[in-house]
Amino acid sequence: MKPDLIDLIYLVAAILFVIGLKGLTKPRTAVRGNLIGALAMFIAVVVTMLHQDVISVTGLLVAIAIGSAAGVVLALKIEMTAMPQLVALFNGLGGGASVLVAGAYLAGNEFAARLASGDHFSDVLTATAASGLIGAITLSGSLVAFAKLQELKFIKDVSFPGQKILNLVLALASIGVGVLVVQQPGHANLWYWLMAALATGLGILLVISIGGADMPVVIALLNSYSGLAASATGFVLNNNLLIIAGSLVGASGLILTRIMCDAMNRSLWAVLFGTMQSGGSSQSDDDVYANVKSTSADEVAMMLEVAQTVVIVPGYGMAVAQAQHAVRDLTNKLLEKDIDVQFGIHPVAGRMPGHMNVLLAEADIDYERLKEMEEVNSMMDQVDVAIVLGANDVVNPLARTDPNSPIAGMPIIDVDKARTVVVVKRSLSPGFAGIANPLFAADNALMLFGDGKQAITEITKAFDES
Amino acid sequence: MILLLTVFALAVFLGVEIITKIPPTLHTPLMSGSNAISGITLVGAILAAGGNNGTLASVLGFSAVVCATMNVVGGFVVTNRMLAMFKSRK
Repeated sequence: MKPDLIDLIYLVAAILFVIGLKGLTKPRTAVRGNLIGALAMFIAVVVTMLHQDVISVTGLLVAIAIGSAAGVVLALKIEMTAMPQLVALFNGLGGGASVLVAGAYLAGNEFAARLASGDHFSDVLTATAASGLIGAITLSGSLVAFAKLQELKFIKDVSFPGQKILNLVLALASIGVGVLVVQQPGHANLWYWLMAALATGLGILLVISIGGADMPVVIALLNSYSGLAASATGFVLNNNLLIIAGSLVGASGLILTRIMCDAMNRSLWAVLFGTMQSGGSSQSDDDVYANVKSTSADEVAMMLEVAQTVVIVPGYGMAVAQAQHAVRDLTNKLLEKDIDVQFGIHPVAGRMPGHMNVLLAEADIDYERLKEMEEVNSMMDQVDVAIVLGANDVVNPLARTDPNSPIAGMPIIDVDKARTVVVVKRSLSPGFAGIANPLFAADNALMLFGDGKQAITEITKAFDES
Repeated sequence: MILLLTVFALAVFLGVEIITKIPPTLHTPLMSGSNAISGITLVGAILAAGGNNGTLASVLGFSAVVCATMNVVGGFVVTNRMLAMFKSRK
């Protein structure tokens, strides 16, 4: 195929990526948007295979078959609750691919020929270094995120004094070695892999100290990185399609990161440099929890009977307990009796942006009932019963009242303004932020201790029998 | 190179414009879908693996093709699975 024709078809693919991504921003067009994106990718791959320089098509087909089979099996087998780690894993693979492609370029004949001709082409080498650097951070960071989300035993939150300084040293060292890739093209291969190794270490260190509550931010950020890595690879290969698709992803990831940061009142800067702090408690738990009242499923059912408006606020605890189907059953029972049920979704509830929405949708809960934080807060003082299900920090009023709290200023769902708050939780243990929650001891709050799924099932049963 | 940078800058702005107003309901599918798109590195991987580039480059390229294909195919399939759940009810 002629190079011009190939470029023209790449342009078509790029346009389709834009249309597909645009489709993903509205519920009605999202399925089609995703399919258009997949079609664009298919076109791009087929055209690339017809490229005049591509000679070993059989080998490629084998590789594509292996990757497709593994991808499809993972994508179809995974539980919806495990979605964040799967996305993290795929993300890491994308970053890894960028590292390998840039490495292959340096190992290839074209590079050797240009080197022998004394051509310096520092622009291409800069892009190669960038591709390897960002790709390696994405790969190792994503794998650590995957391991943490999967709760693999060998991985622990690691933080030690001087960690930030070590991060900075590693960042500067990998950039420094990246500069050597450009300046000493004769040893580019050596420097490149050394840089990739340093960046791998940096990616591990950046993510390993980050707790579960900050995971949505990290995943969004790594997603952005994987796009930038692909874009940098496009600069290496002089390929517009990679640049366009990669930067679209980079931009979308960055916006999601910013939304997540706003939702937690964190600065983007702190996230970028892995300096997110975890807090200590300013008050002893005993003082905070002096007046905690516990309740039973029967009592909650009685309250629900006389309620007109109920708001359910799910958190990661709901995901862990796999309680979304039990919640659906309760919702349907309440709706049958003309009790209004809404869901208050905090932007960072769960472990990736929008995680709760997916879980509730999986349980066939109408997405019209899923309300954003602002919307649900504006109606909260008219709510009869608010049920907090496995959520902690996103409903902690300390965010409003205590300027010294680690979550100070973080927008929360104001369940404390509802007439009655029922908190379904295993114990009084603190959430990811590690601070006590005065909500649990508030006058209008009742604790229902137990497993989320079991508790909701019991409430439903009691409600049904009454 | 300036031309490529121009393309990059324009695409970033385009991306920001498109994504800015997404509802939180779609954050996860959007992320997973855009993640699949980031697997566009696959095109680079095919060029690296399929060309006449010597053994080392071909091996690296082959591995890159496997990684990127998993990213791409798995990403689109899982996004579709998620979106199907949103679609099932009106």
